[in-house]
Amino acid sequence: MRRLIPTVGLRAIPVGAAVAFLATYPLYHSNVETLKFTLVGIYLIAILGLNILTGYSGQISLGHGAFIGIGAYTTAILVDKTSLSDVATIPLAGLVAGAIGFLFGFPALRLHGVYLALATFGAAVAFIQLVQSVHYQSFTGGATGLFYGLPKNPYYLTWGIAAALYAAAWLLVHSKLGRALTAVRDAPIAAVSSGVNLALAKTLAFGIASAYAGVAGSLLAIRLGSVNPYSFPVALSILLLTGAALGGLGTLNGVVFGALFIQFAPDFAIDHVSKTAPEVAYGLILLAVLFLMPGGAGELLHRLGGLLKKAAKPLYSRTADRAEAVVTSTRSDT
Amino acid sequence: MALLELENVEARYGPIKALHGVGLSVNEGQMVSILGANGAGKTTTLRAISGIVRRSGKVLFAGKPVPRAAEAIARLGIAHVPEGREVYGELTVWENILVGASCRRDRREARRDCEQVLEHFPRIADRRRQQAGTLSGGEQQMLALARALVSKPRLLLLDEPSLGLAPTVVSAFYEVVTQLNADTGLTVLIVEQNASLALDVTSHAYVLEVGRVALEGPSSELKEHERVRASYLGY
Amino acid sequence: MLAFTWTQFWQQVVSGLSDGSIYATLALALVLIHRATGVVNFAQGNMGMFSTFIAWWLIYQETGPGLTFWLGFALVTLMSFVGGAVIYGVVIRPLQRGGELAIVIGTIALLILFQGLAGWIWNPEPKAFKSPFPNSQLHIGDVVISWLWVGTILVSLGCVAVVFLFFRLTRTGLMMRAAALRANTSRLMGIRVTLMLALGWGLAAALSAVAGMMAAPSLGTLDPFFMLSVLVYAFAAAVLGGIDSPIGAVVGAYILGVGISLLSTYVNYITVDSQLNLPVALAILLVILLFRPSGLFGRAVVRRV
Repeated sequence: MRRLIPTVGLRAIPVGAAVAFLATYPLYHSNVETLKFTLVGIYLIAILGLNILTGYSGQISLGHGAFIGIGAYTTAILVDKTSLSDVATIPLAGLVAGAIGFLFGFPALRLHGVYLALATFGAAVAFIQLVQSVHYQSFTGGATGLFYGLPKNPYYLTWGIAAALYAAAWLLVHSKLGRALTAVRDAPIAAVSSGVNLALAKTLAFGIASAYAGVAGSLLAIRLGSVNPYSFPVALSILLLTGAALGGLGTLNGVVFGALFIQFAPDFAIDHVSKTAPEVAYGLILLAVLFLMPGGAGELLHRLGGLLKKAAKPLYSRTADRAEAVVTSTRSDT
Repeated sequence: MALLELENVEARYGPIKALHGVGLSVNEGQMVSILGANGAGKTTTLRAISGIVRRSGKVLFAGKPVPRAAEAIARLGIAHVPEGREVYGELTVWENILVGASCRRDRREARRDCEQVLEHFPRIADRRRQQAGTLSGGEQQMLALARALVSKPRLLLLDEPSLGLAPTVVSAFYEVVTQLNADTGLTVLIVEQNASLALDVTSHAYVLEVGRVALEGPSSELKEHERVRASYLGY
Repeated sequence: MLAFTWTQFWQQVVSGLSDGSIYATLALALVLIHRATGVVNFAQGNMGMFSTFIAWWLIYQETGPGLTFWLGFALVTLMSFVGGAVIYGVVIRPLQRGGELAIVIGTIALLILFQGLAGWIWNPEPKAFKSPFPNSQLHIGDVVISWLWVGTILVSLGCVAVVFLFFRLTRTGLMMRAAALRANTSRLMGIRVTLMLALGWGLAAALSAVAGMMAAPSLGTLDPFFMLSVLVYAFAAAVLGGIDSPIGAVVGAYILGVGISLLSTYVNYITVDSQLNLPVALAILLVILLFRPSGLFGRAVVRRV
């Protein structure tokens, strides 16, 4: 019990600080700057979903941007054509995107690993072309898109939803389904023999991830007041994957860093390097993360956390640990 | 002279140590077997020799330490027929044999040897244009052997050749190997689970237990040894 | 619906064969890499794009060396071969320790990297890439076929054939096939597996360069994104043919090329909006995969879960 308090206490500090920071940020900063953090919140939601899909259930998706687009367009069309308020469309956007993701998950089951990445890549490219097609122009506004509202800054709305969805993701990952997903990723055969319904788990992961993306897209649509096909290029999907990898796939701790990176890195690169440099920067950073820190920021945090835990232990228990280590090492030589 | 010498060889698969200091020696022209239960480290020993698994300790071939890379070890004249045969199922029988000659520099001679080796195995010679994956287990074992022989090795490592094969097929296989040893003086090191078969065929044997050499000696003696009889021969 | 004439039909078929040749070249590259390294190289298209930019600089740019087309073509193909092998050694091989996911993300990183590099070095404004083939047309009866189509088919098919023959007939080709099938066993045979895999990546990069240099004249302009849709079609072709079957990829590519060409001409829905070509192709592919998951020529692999 004496050991427990320091560790729980340690975790509460950064979380509390983050909450305080976010809650008070708009009070002391201009609208432009607050807006950037709104976008960080939106990306956070998107990456949470992608992490569940790729990090936890091991399915690579290069079409996440398309699902954000689906959510965005759902909100746009509903606001444009019905009398629903924009906030009311958020859960609907999540539902629509989630349902489509779930349905996409079924044929995706037949395509494992690489084929899935291919299919999602194709979906990302296809989404843009479908949405700008003349056939659906009455719905989607074709190449010019839809203009249905004024640009807004839904800061508190976004972060409120982000916090709730983060908690939901945390619960999911630590639940039976979460463990099933990790089992599916790490040892599919063992998972099946333990009774995990592989198909269902994987398809659910797809659905949940897409729902998250849909909500993110909806918030984005509310923020922009307009949507067009070119807001969701393939590069967006790749960017999201970069952010997720940077934050650490398979852990929720670093997701915030991924979101921060997605928002601030392009500006940095554009200001300090060149207009087209962002892509070069992403590529290089992604490679660097892969080589140096395959676990991303999440792994870094985990390691830091481990170090802090050791430092926080009262002295007597550290000595006890060392004694234990000596005993076990002499035993292993027989 | 000892063609192959192992001294205090250790090997691990990740965090698990499989060999805890194995020592053995094989003289030129000998047929030696390594026996032991599942997981004793027999296959790992062969892999440590052929370079597929990382090892520490000494491995000497013809008095000189062997290089690290498996490709280089193969070129020295050590041919390893792996567990499960590992023929290239998609390639034809002929192509499989050609691949076996990859380490030879003398192209024309090598090609002639490929033809010759095939003549020694008429059953698979008939199927030379067939995909190797369509061959029976016994035929695949012969093919794997032919493929190894084409590299003109000085030392042949056989990993559980009897696995999954019918007794008649196995004895036919060992007849070929024994004949080769008698005719050409090819040195053979055999890992076998079928202890009585191995002790009949070889002149010397090592018994591995938990990654170490527990017993060694002439096969005829080991056959009478109480522990061997109880644990491995069943009587 | 367009009034059907045989002339129109054959013209569309040849046009489809021309597109199919480009897809076939890139699809073969994808299959090569997949057989050798077990992953799909998402950067394959953009590697070809980058090579094509180098070709543009060598051949067409005013301030560049101004080489003749085929000299530039040969040089770029050679450079791409070397470049592909280097990329394997420097980027891919170290990542193999991290498993499939790490390699795939690595290729995605390369995809963006090349896109950014091309835009950065040569600026992203579309550039003209003239056809190396005569502008005249070939008349077979009533059917009018452009030399561009014929040239594309011959060059692409020629390169693909050379690669096939290399694998079938040469010693190195056999060793590469063996190394791709079973890496450790091949080492036991004395094959330098790492070198073989690097050669495989080199060949794939060379094929991508050919695909790019044939696609650019067909499209007329060159920009950092032009190979993305070609990549999707090549994927589709490879998957259609069975991701590990080189012949399947080539056949799949031609079926795809001709199929889309005919569909876009005769099916009104698509004729109106050529943007729908790609989604329709993908939809058809998905349907085919639902019924034949290993593609037309793929072996029905016993799926381990």
